[in-house]
Amino acid sequence: MLEDHAKLLAFFEQAKEVVGRKRLQKMIYILKKNGIDFSERYSFHFYGPYSEELSTRIEELSNLGFIQENKEKEKGYHQYRYQLTDEGVSFLDQTKPKLPNISALVEEMNANSSRFLELVSTMLYFDNFSKSEVEEKVLTVKSKQNFTEDEFREAWTFIERIKQPH
Amino acid sequence: MPYRDEQLTEEKVFKDPVHRYIHVRDRVIWDLVGTAEFQRLRRVKQLGTTNLTFHGAEHSRFNHSLGVYEIVRRILENFRDQPEWDPSERLVCLCAALLHDLGHGPFSHSFEKVFDLDHEEFTRAIILGDTEVNAVLRRVDEGFPQDVADVINKTYANKLVVSLISSQIDADRMDYLQRDAYFTGVSYGYFDMERILRVMRPLEDQLVIKESGMHAVEDYIMSRYQMYWQVYFHPVTRSAEVILTKILHRAMHLYHSEKYQFSLKPLHFESFFNKEISVEDYLKLDENIVYYYFQIWQEEEDEILANLCRRFVNRDLFKYIEFDPGNRYRELIELKEAFAEAGIDPTYYLEVDSSSDLPYDFYRPGEEEERLPIHLLFPNGELKELSRLSDIVEAISGKKRTDHKLYFPKDLIEQLPEESQAKKRILEILRG
Repeated sequence: MLEDHAKLLAFFEQAKEVVGRKRLQKMIYILKKNGIDFSERYSFHFYGPYSEELSTRIEELSNLGFIQENKEKEKGYHQYRYQLTDEGVSFLDQTKPKLPNISALVEEMNANSSRFLELVSTMLYFDNFSKSEVEEKVLTVKSKQNFTEDEFREAWTFIERIKQPH
Repeated sequence: MPYRDEQLTEEKVFKDPVHRYIHVRDRVIWDLVGTAEFQRLRRVKQLGTTNLTFHGAEHSRFNHSLGVYEIVRRILENFRDQPEWDPSERLVCLCAALLHDLGHGPFSHSFEKVFDLDHEEFTRAIILGDTEVNAVLRRVDEGFPQDVADVINKTYANKLVVSLISSQIDADRMDYLQRDAYFTGVSYGYFDMERILRVMRPLEDQLVIKESGMHAVEDYIMSRYQMYWQVYFHPVTRSAEVILTKILHRAMHLYHSEKYQFSLKPLHFESFFNKEISVEDYLKLDENIVYYYFQIWQEEEDEILANLCRRFVNRDLFKYIEFDPGNRYRELIELKEAFAEAGIDPTYYLEVDSSSDLPYDFYRPGEEEERLPIHLLFPNGELKELSRLSDIVEAISGKKRTDHKLYFPKDLIEQLPEESQAKKRILEILRG
């Protein structure tokens, strides 16, 4: 009961803070693709892998008072900042969901731009293709972003590195 | 004439309660409708367990798939003279519209949850695998099955094509809202689709709505909102869904416990329980088969499985209360303990059901590029997001949209002896 909610709270506990809904979507997707057992289902949307279930569950956690969602104005657009609340910590203490230690990876993702996470998550979405096909697919479905060779290289390095077992 | 362009000598029509007639001229579409995989959709209900609440809701994924095809066909008729529309995309659009739900199984939401499946993956696998559907699509072109799968998967290069089948104002939603309203018999769910189709325009890689059609779109958004709360998230339907998931969990548990011998072996479920499901196995399971097992399992030796199946088949559902886990999660832990003490296994007889467990959504205005919003097109070419102009849509978009309910078997609790301390504690908590 509420295990899926608890697991997300455990993620926030390790992340300390996540800034941006898009970033959050991509972080959970990358973790899922890296074998972390989040139940939220993703499908491909206009801006890459996206989970409606995750969006609603985050809304629920916020309404329940387990996470705090702050809307902030940044360079002319709005973004959301998420943090675990004391009540969320207390809920976690009671439910004790199983989540491996992913804090280093989460920290690294937090340090990267959401554009980079969008690229990585889209590449992972096509991970049943060869490397060159993946890049071709990404350039097709995300033609407007104009991802560069350097960005791809950096993304491949990141993907290789996170394949290490937790 | 190439198969792609082949037309039937006479137009075929399906009588339809929502769109009046569904028109088929393309040979490819007619052949697809006749495949075994598409015909199977007749045996998968569109709304799963909703018929236990709204008895009219017996319509199938077959009805809905034809409906989505018909809406796309009409949109493309309107687009014929639009310079931004590429007419060579017509057939891939129609095929994707028709086949977009091909991978749905029986009670697919519950099955997906319990067995960690994804109907979209099965849709892809059926279209690309050794199936009758694939054979029809390959007659068009070797690469055509992949194109259709890419549109449904939303990874097709032409995003405008994808938007027709999947966006915040797409043919899929426009059909299911009206169809579900019709078959459930509710008065919400209706909107002026003809008007929306008339003001819909292709613009670069998205569908936009002429600003003059804003009120028709408002009606559509309202209808989506009301159907969510009145039909899709109906607590009685959710109760049936909770019991269904518990049956699947229990049957899987028994299957894996080596000691238990089923009186009716779950042959059709074995690949699901072992999480090694081939397309062939997947296609064999439909709602008739599921009901057959549940019917027989009412007399299983395992009392929990038998009891849950009796409840599902006879609509003897769990009762529910409003439950705010934010304030009451400590009581939930106590409740589980009291259930266990009373001999009612909380794993199978207690559940918190949340709105995030539903496969339906509200309109999202596309903040931080989460989803592509609905854009209104102004005469000067400017685009504006819908909720910025519509007070109604803005009000709905900002509203609290989450809900949680606690489900339990009231009858089993009432049957506990009066002197039972566990019973007293359970009732205390449930009464709040």
